[in-house]
Amino acid sequence: MVSFKQQDSQSVQQLIEQAKGKGSKKLMEKIMPKILFLTALVSVLTTIGIVFTLIFETFEFFTRVNIIDYLIGREWLPFAGDSPAYGVLPLIAGTLKVTLIAAVVAVPLGIAAAIYLSEYASDKIRRTIKPILEVLAGVPTIVYGFFALTFVTPIIQTVIPSVKIFNAISPGIVIGIMILPMIASLSEDAMSSVPNSIREGALALGSTKLEVTLKVILPAAISGILSSIVLAVSRAIGETMIVSLAGGSTPKFDMNITDSIQTMTAYIVQVSSGDAGYGTTIYYSIYAVGFTLFIFTLLMNLLAHFISKRFKEEY
Amino acid sequence: MLKIQVKDAEQNSTDNLKVLQTDKKKTVYQTRNLNLWYGEQQALKDINLDIIENDVTAIIGPSGCGKSTYIKTLNRMVELVPIVRTTGEIIYRERNILDKNYQVEELRTKVGMVFQKPNPFPKSIYDNIAYGPRIHGIKNKKILDEIVENSLRGAAIWDDVKDRLHQNAYGLSGGQQQRICIARCLAIEPDVILMDEPTSALDPISTLKVEELVQELKQNYSIIIVTHNMQQAARISDKTAFFLNGEVIEFDDTNKLFSTPSDRRTEDYISGRFG
Repeated sequence: MVSFKQQDSQSVQQLIEQAKGKGSKKLMEKIMPKILFLTALVSVLTTIGIVFTLIFETFEFFTRVNIIDYLIGREWLPFAGDSPAYGVLPLIAGTLKVTLIAAVVAVPLGIAAAIYLSEYASDKIRRTIKPILEVLAGVPTIVYGFFALTFVTPIIQTVIPSVKIFNAISPGIVIGIMILPMIASLSEDAMSSVPNSIREGALALGSTKLEVTLKVILPAAISGILSSIVLAVSRAIGETMIVSLAGGSTPKFDMNITDSIQTMTAYIVQVSSGDAGYGTTIYYSIYAVGFTLFIFTLLMNLLAHFISKRFKEEY
Repeated sequence: MLKIQVKDAEQNSTDNLKVLQTDKKKTVYQTRNLNLWYGEQQALKDINLDIIENDVTAIIGPSGCGKSTYIKTLNRMVELVPIVRTTGEIIYRERNILDKNYQVEELRTKVGMVFQKPNPFPKSIYDNIAYGPRIHGIKNKKILDEIVENSLRGAAIWDDVKDRLHQNAYGLSGGQQQRICIARCLAIEPDVILMDEPTSALDPISTLKVEELVQELKQNYSIIIVTHNMQQAARISDKTAFFLNGEVIEFDDTNKLFSTPSDRRTEDYISGRFG
């Protein structure tokens, strides 16, 4: 019979005593948190660096262009020779059109997919579909851009002939497809994390499965679902390649979605890939537009944060 | 209109008669040759049990003896496990509930359940109680208000929560949450209440309150309670079934079963020799 306290050999306690002091365990315990802190600091400092660069260059832009004209101007004509106009509203309009279309596509489909995956799909189906959805999220956006321009746009044109080759609908739909997996996956996580005991409680009262899903699970997971939507929309706002390829480069302040548009991101691409000289007003304008974009996505992220705190359900 | 109120008055007069009438009382559930398997593993073996109206029936037994499985078969919650398979019959009010044509929602509207761990919905106290009536089509605000109040009174939690009906139920203590769950169950005025170890997650004082509540509720409801606490079974039940390894070893009046058990294994279990 094996005993833990054999007479002739050393006890475990003695072995532990001997091992003490050996090695660098104590040193590691002290140093590791500092190393980890430094690595965390790198990302924080980078972010601060980017924000400060944006702010400085944006500031320079506003010494040349009146900030009020920028904010309420309805014309964005930076290349108009002697009389350029720097009113940002057309770019914002372009961004919002595309984002809105994307949300209209992605929100209902994403939530429906999440409901199916979380409440109805068998384990096997869920284990197959979820990774596929996540692959969809990993497709490079330039591929989506080509998809929009060469596949979706022609289809839309056959249905609605008045749609131009560059328009807001096609990139909007394709961005919707792009952010759909994000909404589906995050909402599915939120719904699956509602404990089964709550489903059982509802079923035991004679609810049908649909009633349980719509009246108990969906409200219980609403904070996760809403923040997934906000995060996905904020990705749509910042999306660049799809709108650059399929959206066009005609900033216009109107409600038209069949015509060529330009979003904030597409403008930055246009200038960055063009030949605007360093130090010109056009050069500084991309920082101002970039900063505006940053404010938008920052607000969306804060909103997501607020929602997940405000509607947080305990269970 | 609600059972909870009406019954108080009748209580005293019926108490004395009760003992005499036991034999004449109706059965709620008749279980006939029930076998149940999880995949290949048999969890219930040839169960035959009659549950009598307005009794508290306790089901005791060691862990894994099938007592929870049995009670979950009575409202078919056991079907949530996909690999489950049954043979035999459970007759509830003259109909076999294991018949696939029996609408499970209809059954669960008649047979309420209180779970081991309090599981209120992440909603307000009011919405928790009103959930059942609402899904079954009761929309009138006045009637709902009345149901909520009566159910909460019925579950002896009204005084604790009447000033915060619109706060989240998760702000309450575990014992209060469990009584909210009982109230939620009472709100659709079921015929039977199944309780699956309802006090195992509660402190002794909350346990006592739930036990007292069970005593009151039996006036209006047939209650089947699974418990691993033998003292609890002895305190609150009229009849006790002792389960072991998926079989009913003994089923008798609680007094009889705990004082002069007829099976050796029952005696060993209730005297604490195993389990």
